[in-house]
Amino acid sequence: MSMLRAIFSHPSGRIGGTIVVIYVVVAMLGMFGITPHNPLQQYRIDRLHAPSMVYWMGTDLFGRDVASRLMKGVGQSFLVGVSAVALASIAGTVLGLTAAWFGKAWDGIVMRVMDVLLAFPAILLALLIIAVAGPGTWTSVAAIAIVYMPIFTRVVRGPALSIKSREFVDAARTFGSSRRYILTHHLLLNLVAPLTVQVTLALAWSLLTEAGLSFLGLGTQPPSSSLGLMLADSRNLMETAPWLLIFPAITIMISILGFNLLGDALRDILDPKTRSRTA
Amino acid sequence: MTSLLSVSNLRVGFGRDPARNEIVKGVSFDLAAGETLAIVGESGSGKSVTALSINRLVDFGGGRIIGGSIKLTRADESILDITLAKEPMLEKIRGSEIGMIFQEPMTSLNPVLSIGTQIEESFRLHRGLTGRQAIAAAKDALDRVRIPDAARRLKYAPNQLSGGMLQRVMIATALACNPRLLIADEPTTALDVTVQAQIMALLGELKRETGMAMIFITHDIGLVAGIADKVMVMQAGQAVEQGALGEVLDRPQHPYTQHLLSAVPHFESGRAARTDFTRKEKETPALDVEGLVVRFKVKGGFFSRAQGSVHAVENVSFKLMPGETLAIVGESGSGKSTTARAILGLVRPTRGSFATHMGSIADATDPSVQMVFQNPYASLNPRLRVDSILAEPVIAGGGRVTAETREKMKALLKRVGLPEDSLDRYPHQFSGGQRQRLCIARALMLNPSVVVLDEAVSALDVSVQAKVLELLVDLQKEFGLAYLFVSHDMAVVERIAHRIAVLYAGQIVEIGDAASILSNPQHSYTKRLISAVPSIDRRNQRFEIDTRQVPSLVRPPGYEPPEAQWREFGPDHRARAEA
Repeated sequence: MSMLRAIFSHPSGRIGGTIVVIYVVVAMLGMFGITPHNPLQQYRIDRLHAPSMVYWMGTDLFGRDVASRLMKGVGQSFLVGVSAVALASIAGTVLGLTAAWFGKAWDGIVMRVMDVLLAFPAILLALLIIAVAGPGTWTSVAAIAIVYMPIFTRVVRGPALSIKSREFVDAARTFGSSRRYILTHHLLLNLVAPLTVQVTLALAWSLLTEAGLSFLGLGTQPPSSSLGLMLADSRNLMETAPWLLIFPAITIMISILGFNLLGDALRDILDPKTRSRTA
Repeated sequence: MTSLLSVSNLRVGFGRDPARNEIVKGVSFDLAAGETLAIVGESGSGKSVTALSINRLVDFGGGRIIGGSIKLTRADESILDITLAKEPMLEKIRGSEIGMIFQEPMTSLNPVLSIGTQIEESFRLHRGLTGRQAIAAAKDALDRVRIPDAARRLKYAPNQLSGGMLQRVMIATALACNPRLLIADEPTTALDVTVQAQIMALLGELKRETGMAMIFITHDIGLVAGIADKVMVMQAGQAVEQGALGEVLDRPQHPYTQHLLSAVPHFESGRAARTDFTRKEKETPALDVEGLVVRFKVKGGFFSRAQGSVHAVENVSFKLMPGETLAIVGESGSGKSTTARAILGLVRPTRGSFATHMGSIADATDPSVQMVFQNPYASLNPRLRVDSILAEPVIAGGGRVTAETREKMKALLKRVGLPEDSLDRYPHQFSGGQRQRLCIARALMLNPSVVVLDEAVSALDVSVQAKVLELLVDLQKEFGLAYLFVSHDMAVVERIAHRIAVLYAGQIVEIGDAASILSNPQHSYTKRLISAVPSIDRRNQRFEIDTRQVPSLVRPPGYEPPEAQWREFGPDHRARAEA
């Protein structure tokens, strides 16, 4: 509870937090199909209808309600983004922790592989993975997870190395604590703060990457909707039906802004060095 | 004599509204060239802030000088008011006219640059030396502060050196330009007594050679007696008493000065040693260490071949009886902590055996030997609640946390003097002394017979130190614990030890009854160690600079030291024969 209060008393946390809450609500509604219209229903008579009381954000070329498709798309992006970040953070944390703990050859192998992955630009690497595995929702989840995993590995390994040499870890060894207990209770518990910040920031990136992949036709496949896909479809109609482009574009922009602001706020709140400034 | 520095009515504040958050409240003093002023006070008294104002480093810490003046007479006789000086002028003064040594050697050096580079920087900036000349000057500077293997150490990064070594590097850097005023902020707090004596001797010699004045900030009144000409006692931002050394120490006027003088633990050359234990040789020892050897391989060269090894602990043997305290004393690098860590299995011994009454320790997770670490802030996981912290040894031993365990936790917390509601709190809610009590309680969770205390009271304030020592003695009597007390502080050792083992360069050089060793040391190193202990009785003592190098512990592969020859000096007191 004090965490929530801290976020909402932080200036960018307040804005970011609000955006993220709204985003998650919209995503949930979209995911469970609670939308103003059926997102797949084609209202043939109302093709390319401008925004109105019935169609809040207008309709597309096939007469499908843009607002409903947008909500569905947000749900889809969110699902992909969250799954990818969950995978990336779990795999990255495990690799980072074990690399720091065991050191030597294992550390070398893990970190060099991560270096190779980081050497490619994120979207290019994701494209490569999808080109090999074929397009689809779950391949894009896997691709995004692999792309962002090295960042988590690095974020975990650094602090884990320094915590490993702290006296309370030595103390635990003198009691004969098991390796698993030390890794979970002493190392991981002290990494919660940097991981929280990283997860929030990674969500913003992965939403953007998902939109990019869908835009290129490699992520979510039609007729399912996704923000990137909606942008791609609206390209040729930009002048006749600008609402097709504007609403998804603004949604992407604001959501990423929201997650970034929240991430920055969390970094300030969780970092003891800057805590006094926000208090 | 013209005054070098004249501070009058200095007021320093912090934060957004410095006037309301005043830390230093009107301090005045004068300092002549070549004179040493000691500023004494407890933490939070404003003594460091006063010193930092003199070279205006306080600005970078968020402080503002809100009143008064600091007049410095520069080398060209001009007088500069530092409170009004601009930053470019201050940069010229810092280093070349006012040198500074900080309290925390670990954080005062850049961790990513070699220490050689950092010392050379000072020579490059202020003396214009380059290349080989700078390297040679840096090596000389390290030699001056008695760092063995100086040429090789230049290439070391700060994390490869001990805290004591790093402070010597800091002193070498500060002295590089022979400043006219040296501000030393608790410079020897992190050092061993013999090294401390060396540094004091070095500072004294440089003072005489160059006419350098010094402001020496410390909490150790014993040290003040050794070096200062004038003393200023600070409390809550005010100078409560100042005057000549003899005046302040012999006829303290202010009650706070009187309190400070009486709170210091005096070293009494063995007269205060404990007499509540008689050793029975026939008993089974609580801990029997036989021929402990710890060596670390040194790698070097293109193919990282082993070039030899550091003989950190060499053939250490002792028997620790139930209910007895054996103090292991020695300076940093003597192997005293390595010995303790080897017994706990944190360091793999090269040779040697340990036995407790449970049998010999194979992998050192014997629950009958527990450890209390030096730093109570680092040895408790900040994210775990006290009940989880105390449960850990039980869980580690394969046990379960039952209602009985919780009862035991409560009883132990009460026994070590912590409030009942402590179980639901986090470590940061406790003070340093309370945390150390927590660590003691944690060590006692498994009913050990031996507790290894690695500098367990060194990080605590003097008055807290006394109380924790009292607790340790009480617990020892109550549970019949055997203590292995690792320390560098002779005054503390005198209060708790029954027997003492003096470690030098990884070897025991003298072992035996505490009173006998402290009152009548036989080995030359023990004599040096004991004579270096500062005390108020040793007024303006002239420390002799000792040019003897600490022997390098690096030996070629396959080296075995010669067998030790021992000489007896009484029923329980023997020392290694010297060549």
